[in-house]
This record gives sequence, structure tokens and C-alpha cells, in this order.
Amino acid sequence: MRIVASRPAWSRRRLPRQWLTAYSFILPFALLFLLFFLVPIGFAFVQSLHQSKRSGLGLEAPRELFTGLANYTLAWHDHTFFDGIGRVLLYGAVNIPLILGLALVFALALDSATLRFKRFFRLAFFLPYAVPGVIAALLWGFLYDPSLSPIVQGFAHTRLGAPDFLGPQSVLWSINNISVWEWTGYNMIILYAALQAIPQELYEAARIDGATDWAIAWRVKVPMIAPALVLVFLFSIIGTLQLFNEPQVLATISHSISSSYTPNLYSYTTAFAKGNYDYAATLAVVLAVITFILSFGFLRLTRNQSGV
Amino acid sequence: MARESSALRSLTPPSASPRPWFGWLVRRSSRVSGSQPALLVLLFAASGYFLVPLIWLMISATKDNGDLFGSFGLWFGQRNSLFDNLTQLFTYEDGIFWHWLLNSLLYAGVGALCSTMLAALAGYAFAKFQFPGRSVGFSIVLGAILVPVTALALPLYLLLSQWGLVNSIWAVLLPSCVSPFGVYLARIYASASIPNELIEAARIDGAGEWRIFGTLALRLLSPALVTIFLFQFVAVWNNFFLPLVMLSDQHLYPVTLGLQTWNQSPALNNHALYNLVVTGSLVSILPLVASFVVLQRYWRNGLSLGSVAN
Repeated sequence: MRIVASRPAWSRRRLPRQWLTAYSFILPFALLFLLFFLVPIGFAFVQSLHQSKRSGLGLEAPRELFTGLANYTLAWHDHTFFDGIGRVLLYGAVNIPLILGLALVFALALDSATLRFKRFFRLAFFLPYAVPGVIAALLWGFLYDPSLSPIVQGFAHTRLGAPDFLGPQSVLWSINNISVWEWTGYNMIILYAALQAIPQELYEAARIDGATDWAIAWRVKVPMIAPALVLVFLFSIIGTLQLFNEPQVLATISHSISSSYTPNLYSYTTAFAKGNYDYAATLAVVLAVITFILSFGFLRLTRNQSGV
Repeated sequence: MARESSALRSLTPPSASPRPWFGWLVRRSSRVSGSQPALLVLLFAASGYFLVPLIWLMISATKDNGDLFGSFGLWFGQRNSLFDNLTQLFTYEDGIFWHWLLNSLLYAGVGALCSTMLAALAGYAFAKFQFPGRSVGFSIVLGAILVPVTALALPLYLLLSQWGLVNSIWAVLLPSCVSPFGVYLARIYASASIPNELIEAARIDGAGEWRIFGTLALRLLSPALVTIFLFQFVAVWNNFFLPLVMLSDQHLYPVTLGLQTWNQSPALNNHALYNLVVTGSLVSILPLVASFVVLQRYWRNGLSLGSVAN
């Protein structure tokens, strides 16, 4: 309200016109946002309240019938779906702390004034983010594939024997590794940028008080970048639940990845392999709601730290 | 000459204090703490982890299918087949790889440009104008950041198939023009970097709102706009799920989807296309890698915005 409060007479005459200007500035974005963001969500919800039914002997074309929450009841009892959710939650419980822990350590290291080769490290760590998720999965797929991989070949000559990266027990952690490779540098850059924005005087003050470099890192720097940490944690939660690209690509070389391995893969299969769009829409809605609950729960938990 | 030597002298430390053996690893002016060499070893090991897959890719792109399977992965094979691979890559199936590369460029370039412009307009309005619905509108945009792109792809497909838009470039292009995160960044940057006094001065001088935006605001916003553009460009370039859902005509595929199609194709079972997938992967990441190296500065600047300002 700053502009309005400072010049009441001027703005009273101008205000409605300013509203109009503001709306015309926002209109192009709002229009596309409505069409390609809000309407699809609404449409998916409507679709999830319907089921496609054949009447009688099933000779006629199926008809779309309003069935209320029937699809949601179905999803509630769908073990395949919840197995997938359990799998991505387990995956995230390891993946997110690992990536963010590494990213934080690297960011603090790069922020230290005395480190050499800073530019090299920054680029080396950030470069995997330039590789699309699908290409990263293809790339690591080659490194996991026993017939191609220098890693598997290297270990085969040792007493440890050739590792199986694609077996039912290990493939989730192989996917985990791809994601660590891809996202650590990206998160590091966000945290590093936040660290660079902290005023240097703060460190001087801590140093005069006799704080060591470690104490400054953990007691001054980490609390100062709490908002950035909350932000990257939030994006990680959202990304984890949507896991799709890596398992989809690895499924071509691993028999341990089923078509319902992750919730997203399951809803994709339901729609395009089974043609059950109503139920696929239901699964998408349920997944979005779970994502929202976890995101908002996390934001509430960290409200004091983040100031968001 | 005298000036030069005094400049040289100021670069060398006044007293030759004994330096530890690892002294060359750390900057001279600093106090050397004991953890430095260990930290460097850790960082070099991590660099190896991040770079080795890319090095493997570069080496493998020089191999034919025989060498890919017959030689050790991290060293060169019998002969250099890079040019054969490239020729085969760009001519296979009547040069469909060209289509894929250009499609990716089209989707990412136009999508990023369009979303940046829309974000600049909307972000500026949210930051600098008072109007009813402002806080509600911005809350909706913030909430939309939390909606995952993949969760949206399936509903979008259902909707666009009603409108008859699936399997066309619009099905990928139009959704790529919407970036709620871009609006969020633009708003933060506009409130921080465009002084209200400047806008009022321009108004008193009789400039219209659109002219103020076009001349004054856009110029002050430009660093943030580059960042928003880069973010959206990478996001669209990397997007796999949306084109996978929307497109069935191979000539409309972006490069990510195209390569995965080759990777899945039955011909792969006799290893016929491996060299193409490998070489294609390398070619497809080169533009982004090059832009990262050149535009590093913008990444850091823009990212500090998003993380600090709230």
C-alpha cells in the first residue's frame, strides 16, 4: 500500500485505472495459467468421479457414468498403488538427506575463502544438471549393464565379483545413485548462492569472539541459509514423489522394475497401456493430494526456521 | 620498470614463513587449517564421481558397436569411429535426429522466451501495483509451484485430447509457456530492484504504464529475466513426461524422447543401435553444457534471489 498511502489525492483519481493496468499486465499469464494449469486439474477431478461401463453383454460402446467416489474407494484398497508410494517414500527417506547433506558440505567447502580450484569444483559438480534426466538414466544404464559397464567389468576381475546393479534388491539404490549424481550439484549451487549473500561482517564478528571455521560453518552459516535449505528440501519432496524417468528408462534393461514400480509409472500404465483414463486421473489426483499434504506438513514443521 | 617491480614485490609475501608440503593447494594469504588437504581429497573424489560418466560417454562416442562391447569402457577402442557414428546418427531414418534436436530447441527456446515475458509482466504487476485479488492471486501462483509437472501431464492430456490438440507441437509448446516459479522470481526481483520513486518520477514525467515497463522496468529486471529464461529452458529441454504423454508422431519428438525410443527399440536386442544412442546422448547434452560454462554467472545470481529473498 506504499504508493497509495503516500499520495492519497493523486491515487484516488488514478486507482481504478491502475487496477486495469495491473490486470492487463497479468492477463496473458493468467489466461495460459488457467487453461493449462487450473482447468486440467479441475478436469482430472471431474474425470476421477466417473467410470466407463459397458452395459448388458458388453456389445455396445462403453458409456461414461457418474460414480461418485467409487474410484477413490478403489484406490484406497489398491495395494499396487500403495506399494509404489511406500517405495518412493523409502527412496526419498534415503535420497533427500543424502543429496542435501552432500550439497550442503560441498557448498560450505566452496564458500570457504581458502579453497583452491573453486571454479573447477563448482563446474564439475554442477555439470550433471545439464544432462536431461532421461539421458542421465540412459548413461548410468550403460554403466550398470553387465555387458557394457567398465565398473562391472572392473569388479569381475577382483575377489568381490561382479556387482548386480539391476537386481530386485539393488535397483532402487541404483536409481538413487542416478538422482544423487544429477541433483547434488544443482542443490549445491542454490545453497552456495545463499551462502554468498551472507554479509562478511558476520564472520568477522564471530572470529573476534574466537569461533573456529567449523563453528562458524555450523553455528552461523547453516542457520543463516535455513530458508534456502527449506526451499531445496521442499523441491526434493515434490520431485521424489514424482519419480518416473529413471525407472522408465532402466526398465528396458532390468526385469526388476514393474509397470507399477512408482505411483507415476502406475498411473501412466493405467492410462496408456490399459486405457483406463478415469482411474489414472484418480491416481494422479491422489498423488497430488499426498504431495500437497507432505509439502504443507513440512512447511508447517519448519515454519520457525524458514520464515516462509 | 620501477612500478612493475614494486607491484611484483607486493604480490610476494614479506616474510618467507615455512609452508607445509601441501602449501600449493591453498591460497597463501590464508591461515592454513588442518582439514584442508582432507577436504581437497574429498572434493577431487567427488569431482571424479560427477565427471566419470561424462568421460565414459565421450570415449564411448568414438567406438563402433564391436568396440563398445569388446573394449574396456574407460579407454579408447581399436579405431576411432566418432565420425562414422556422427554420420550414421544424422542420417539414420532419413535424418530424424535433426528433427529431434530442432524440436527440442523449438520447445525449449520458444517456451522459455514466452514464459519469461509472461512472468516479467505478471511479476512486475504483483510487485508494483495495488489491485483487488493481488494476494489471493499470488497465493495461487505460489501453490502452483508445489504442483508437480508430471502430476499435471496426465490431466493435460485428457483435456487437450478433448480439444483435439494432442500429437501437435502446441500440446508441448503451450504448457511450456507457463512458469509459476518464473512469476515468483520476477516478483521478488522487481520489488527488490525497481525503486518506487523511479516509477513515480516517470509517471510525473507523463510516461504511460506500458512505456515505464518497456523502457525502465525491463532494463532493471534483465538479470533476473536471463535466469528465468535459463531455468525454463533447462526445464523444457529436460522434460520427458509431457512429450511422452502428448506425442505419438516421431517427427514431433524432442531429443530426450527420441533417444529413449531408440533405446527401447527391438533392434537394440542385437545391439544395432547402441552406438547411436551413445553418440546421440553426447550430442544432445553439448548445447546445454556449453551454455552452462558460458552463463555460469547468471545461474548463481538468479538462484541467490530465489533462496534469500523470502
